[in-house]
Amino acid sequence: MSILQFFSRKGSAPVARDRLQILLAHERAVGGQNDLVGVLREEILAVIAKHVPVEPDNVRVKMERGEAISTLEVEVDIPSQAKVRVALSA
Amino acid sequence: MAKVLVVTSGKGGVGKTTSTAALGAALAQTGQNVAVVDFDVGLRNLDLVMGAERRVVYDLINVTQGDAKLSQALIRDKRIDTLHLLPASQTRDKDALTEEGVAKVMEELRAKFDWVICDSPAGIERGAWLAMRHADVAVVVTNPEVSSVRDSDRIIGLLDSKTLKAERGERMDKHLLLTRYETGRAERGEMLKVDDVLEILSIPLLGIIPESEEVLRASNLGTPVTLSNPNSAPAKAYADAAKRLMGESVTMMVPQNKRSFFGMLFGRKAA
Repeated sequence: MSILQFFSRKGSAPVARDRLQILLAHERAVGGQNDLVGVLREEILAVIAKHVPVEPDNVRVKMERGEAISTLEVEVDIPSQAKVRVALSA
Repeated sequence: MAKVLVVTSGKGGVGKTTSTAALGAALAQTGQNVAVVDFDVGLRNLDLVMGAERRVVYDLINVTQGDAKLSQALIRDKRIDTLHLLPASQTRDKDALTEEGVAKVMEELRAKFDWVICDSPAGIERGAWLAMRHADVAVVVTNPEVSSVRDSDRIIGLLDSKTLKAERGERMDKHLLLTRYETGRAERGEMLKVDDVLEILSIPLLGIIPESEEVLRASNLGTPVTLSNPNSAPAKAYADAAKRLMGESVTMMVPQNKRSFFGMLFGRKAA
């Protein structure tokens, strides 16, 4: 650590406070009942699985909890063969 | 009229047992008749912190199951006549503790004592639930650290929904006890401040217990810190907290960790 960094180093406590405030706002909203994002994830995957075989390894779920909005990103690899089958049965 | 108080936190290792022993001893020193009850079945430690580990004959589960009378299981403190310990079982499975059994013992304890202080196990499982079930007042022990604050928030939610008082539609009386606090580090922005934690948890403050060597020394000796060194900073902070529990208004002191000249130079706390 350079001397400049040493003197400009801010405490980590404000970061801790902000992270806690955002996290707890979410956890309180969920209130120990059903986890909305969790339910969405399960149902979205179930809908996809109804039409194409979904390999658990080919599913990536990412979540970003923000202060105002949260995003849920579900990425599913669909094999091209399966796509053909869906098209045929449709 | 007896008051049942639960000392809880969610997270382990934040100072529930230390605080139970210190508050129990401080309340008993004022002449109040106090029972401290260990709910941590299988991992009991209140007996050790109170220095009564060699005097345990019967425990909470023996009483709930009718194998022993409450009076046989209660251990009277050798230093303070009005302080009593009801130990947890060390060998039994934690499922041996039933809701009905606990209700029966709590009713008996209420009739005998002014204060019944329940030392909750860590976690949010059955043991913690049973410990808070009959409480009139809750002391939430929190360290100024993110995981402890998060778990305290969770416990506050449970106190407001899963206790008998909450189920009757009454408001649970909750207090924050901030332990292991280091004023210097908080001021330098290295540690969450009292106000940060209060703002996040929004429950009234019962006391601020400074980080101190005296706490480890007290547990080494098997003596609540309020008795082992009554003039130490943590002992005074616990004694003030006990007074506040009894309804006295005591000015809140933010503990100052004393620093020697060399300590300031080398960043170490003076003893």
